[in-house]
Amino acid sequence: MQRPLLVSVFIVASCGLAYELIAGALASYLLGDSVMQFSTVIGVYLFAMGIGSWLSKYVKGNLLLRFIQIELLVGLLGGLSAGLLFLLFTLHNGPFRFTLYGLVLLIGILVGLEIPLIMRILKREVKFDDLVAKVLSFDYIGALAVSVLFPLLLAPHLGLVRSALLFGLMNAAVAAWALWLFRDRIGPLAALRTQCIAVIALLIAAFGFAGQFVSLAEANLYAEDIVHAESSPYQRIVVTKVRDETRLYLNHNLQFSSRDEYRYHEALVHPGLATLPGARNILVLGGGDGMAVREILKYPQVEHITLVDLDPRMTDLFSRSPLLKTLNADALNSPKLKIVNADALQWLEASDAMFDFVVVDFPDPSNHALGKLYSTAFYRLLKQHVAETGRVVVQATSPMYAREAYWTIVTTLEAAGWQTAPYHALVPSFGEWGYILAGKRPYTAPATIRVATRFITPDALPALFHFPADMARVATEANRLDNQNLVRVFEREWGRVQSH
Amino acid sequence: MQRREFLAAGAATMAAVTLAACGGKTKPPLPPGIMTGANDTLGHRLRQRDFPPPTETRRIGVAIAGGGIGGLSAGWRLARSGMDDFLLLDLESETGGNSRAGRNEVSAYPLGAHYLPLPPREARAVKVLLRELGALKGEHEYEEKYLCHAPQERLYRNGYWQDGLLPTLGVPAAERAQYARFQEFIAGLRERRAFTVPLAFSSRDPALLALDKIGFSDWLRSEGYTAPGLHWLTDYACRDDYGTRAFDTSAWAGLHYFACRESEGQVLTAPEGNAWLARGLVQPLTGRVLPSALVWRVEETKREVAIDVYLAAENRSIRLLARELVWAAPLFLLPHVFTAPRPEWLAALKGSDYAPWVVANLTLSAPPGTRAGAGLAWDNVIADSESLGYVVSTHQAMRYAPGPTVLTWYRALHDESAHRSPSRQRRLLQSREAWAEEILADLERPHPEIRELVTRIDVHRHAHAMIRPHPGRLWSGARAAFERNQGRIRFAHADVSGLSLFEEANHRGVKAAEDTLGRLGVSYSSIL
Ligand SMILES: Cc1cc2nc3c(=O)[nH]c(=O)nc-3n(C[C@H](O)[C@H](O)[C@H](O)COP(=O)(O)OP(=O)(O)OC[C@H]3O[C@@H](n4cnc5c(N)ncnc54)[C@H](O)[C@@H]3O)c2cc1C
Repeated sequence: MQRPLLVSVFIVASCGLAYELIAGALASYLLGDSVMQFSTVIGVYLFAMGIGSWLSKYVKGNLLLRFIQIELLVGLLGGLSAGLLFLLFTLHNGPFRFTLYGLVLLIGILVGLEIPLIMRILKREVKFDDLVAKVLSFDYIGALAVSVLFPLLLAPHLGLVRSALLFGLMNAAVAAWALWLFRDRIGPLAALRTQCIAVIALLIAAFGFAGQFVSLAEANLYAEDIVHAESSPYQRIVVTKVRDETRLYLNHNLQFSSRDEYRYHEALVHPGLATLPGARNILVLGGGDGMAVREILKYPQVEHITLVDLDPRMTDLFSRSPLLKTLNADALNSPKLKIVNADALQWLEASDAMFDFVVVDFPDPSNHALGKLYSTAFYRLLKQHVAETGRVVVQATSPMYAREAYWTIVTTLEAAGWQTAPYHALVPSFGEWGYILAGKRPYTAPATIRVATRFITPDALPALFHFPADMARVATEANRLDNQNLVRVFEREWGRVQSH
Repeated sequence: MQRREFLAAGAATMAAVTLAACGGKTKPPLPPGIMTGANDTLGHRLRQRDFPPPTETRRIGVAIAGGGIGGLSAGWRLARSGMDDFLLLDLESETGGNSRAGRNEVSAYPLGAHYLPLPPREARAVKVLLRELGALKGEHEYEEKYLCHAPQERLYRNGYWQDGLLPTLGVPAAERAQYARFQEFIAGLRERRAFTVPLAFSSRDPALLALDKIGFSDWLRSEGYTAPGLHWLTDYACRDDYGTRAFDTSAWAGLHYFACRESEGQVLTAPEGNAWLARGLVQPLTGRVLPSALVWRVEETKREVAIDVYLAAENRSIRLLARELVWAAPLFLLPHVFTAPRPEWLAALKGSDYAPWVVANLTLSAPPGTRAGAGLAWDNVIADSESLGYVVSTHQAMRYAPGPTVLTWYRALHDESAHRSPSRQRRLLQSREAWAEEILADLERPHPEIRELVTRIDVHRHAHAMIRPHPGRLWSGARAAFERNQGRIRFAHADVSGLSLFEEANHRGVKAAEDTLGRLGVSYSSIL
């Protein structure tokens, strides 16, 4: 009986460390600031194990029976921990931290009970010195195995939620194995057997289901380092960095990668602004990362830029963080810029300012609230703020993946009385991306672009305004506030992309 | 549903279960608010004619008593014809009647009427008004701002929010076939313009008018419509539009609800409900509106009408001597106010009944969440509830960020009658706190977090809110007494139609004004 129990020690120790790592990783992924998260989680966990060891002296009666029950409980709690925390996190204002530390504390206590119990079970058969040496070395070997396997193999391939479930299953398997080995030393088995089967069945079921709810972002966990994460009242802002690539995610959707964002933002600004040598007053709606402003500031004639972005946390972050300031060339601190943190719709309705060029860079129309920003009503409102010779550019999702949505936006602008010039550009991080220039007069592409660019040059332009057959125009209805058909179309098309 | 929403829904359900398991926290205290509307003492004084005698006499061409949609439409029509020798009196400090609004720092919100379905071709005067307000171009092009934004409505049933109001989830095919048959039947009626609004232009086919004699639920069953979902929807419709249950509503009125308009479902609305329409009507009336002015005695003489008006602010009365009177207050007041009410009026009023209503405005720090199903719509209905659900006042606002909002909760007291129930037992008269508790209990089922979100509950009561189209009320001929010219007096209230609807009040007001213009010898071309 000595060997099986020592193998259990190995497994139990691995599992124990795994839960700790998973909780730490999850906390730093979701909350940001990984050093802080890891050290508090590990601190709480070690403290809890101490409580567990101390409590173990109160465990009386059939020690084997208790050991099996504790294993089952650890398996259940630890196994479901990551999934539970993940779910809780999607709830805005959910009691996430409270549950996190509560779970860590509980699991820690239970794990703390395990080793002393095993020692007490083995005490009768092994000499004490020998016992301590053996148990503790298996404990450390198990821990080492996991600390190597976890970042290299488990987290990247299984993800956190399934890794936790896997370790939960291992705990439960130890319980089942012990139940079988010591079946004649435990007493009545029926209830325990049912508990065992129930826990294993539950964990297996959860394992099968896990893939469906783990967000895509999680897969990137160990591929990217989180350098900043926060939840504003409006969205979750996450900045990651791998080697020299910085990325911004809003609500787990990639907004830019520093590797190719110049393509996105040059394509957004220059085809329009390069045709307006007299443009002095510029409006940027959305675009709190300051990248579009950076491009606009290249034009010396520009005197005032107004940036309207809902989220002050975004504009603060991109005007303060040294890393992000190098990306947007410190554009958000330009004396020419005025930052307004407001709802663009409300702000436009209340304002009577006029602009020569407007950059409309909103998130994709994935819900009814955002759909309002792509409606005939909004584009009509915009018209009251654009000079007769002025121009507007709209980011308009992908004409490749969401072809009908893209052309719906074109139709909507036209229904609101704009003359449109649709174009597209390849941004590797996003794929083929769509933009629309709109004006009160027809558009002619600029013959020269006087500012420094890496991607948008006059000879590259004609191809951008040409739509190959697979992105060519389709007939669509305009998106009005009272039908919001864009949201439906967009959901259908992106749903199709994501399910592949 | 997107993955994120799915996750959130799952998590919310789990949280709800956990909370329930923990035995729930203690309830937060009721939020503050005020109670407005239905003034019992004033009604009592009116019955007793308990007001100071007039201390001053003024002459006027036309007096309009009552400034709801009916009275305002009359004034609007007179003003449009260039006639300006009239005065509109309303007992409230603000005109609009059932179409008034309130406002706080979050939003404007309705105190009563909240929408106008796209008017059919028969509602010409309504279209004139909408064009004047810039809400309609030509015949069919409506201003986006006023068209109800998508999503328009959703229904909470069996723990799930579905799109639209007709129950569909888990409904057997045979019942859905009945839905389809009903909808086809309605489409046929629409095509024939059998029912119209204003109802004055409806078909007088005796077979159709005979429908007025039976209850709507009975009619449905006699036609083989047994589907519970259909019975629920028709009952909901009757409570919503008429303040009465389907079994107690004339089948003619019930079908009218579904068939009188040309298209399905689209409505015009604004944060302040129909108050934007009332505002449009009152615009050309500047200087000719006397608010806080209660008409408490009317005496017809050969040459004029003597109208005694109590001015609440000055606590005195004045006497208006008018050549013509447009009576635009509810008709049940006639016997109390007129010194010599005509016998045919009294006969016509016999058996008339009004639905009381309670409208509550709940100010919320953030929009309520959706645990499962379709997201927040403009109109949000709870299937197994006595209430009619709530509309979201900020739905039409030009903003996209989530933020504080005002929900307007509606409850027709379908089991209560202003005339038939003794006042002691009347729910209408219960305290604001009692209402607030009842409202929160109602909303807590779909929105367990509602108590955490709500910062104010203001309750508005309507005692005689809507005349009820019980079987036999609409086409028995009784209404004719009020449609005919009665010497110097004309009636301009939705009560004359027997259906409490914007279009009806507007039609009655315009009609009364045009008839008055005719009597005064002013030339006009009818907009009806
Ligand atoms: C809660 C509720 C919701 C509704 N929702 C809708 C809706 O969404 N759409 C719709 O079309 N209809 C709705 N209605 C129906 C609504 O009644 C009509 O749309 C319309 O407002 C009726 O106008 P009216 O002029 O006929 O009557 P009222 O609004 O009743 O106007 C009568 C006026 O007379 C005044 N008055 C009464 N007595 C006196 C007196 N003695 N002296 C002087 N003035 C007096 C009153 O103050 C009032 O202003 C709703 C009604 C209620 C109660």
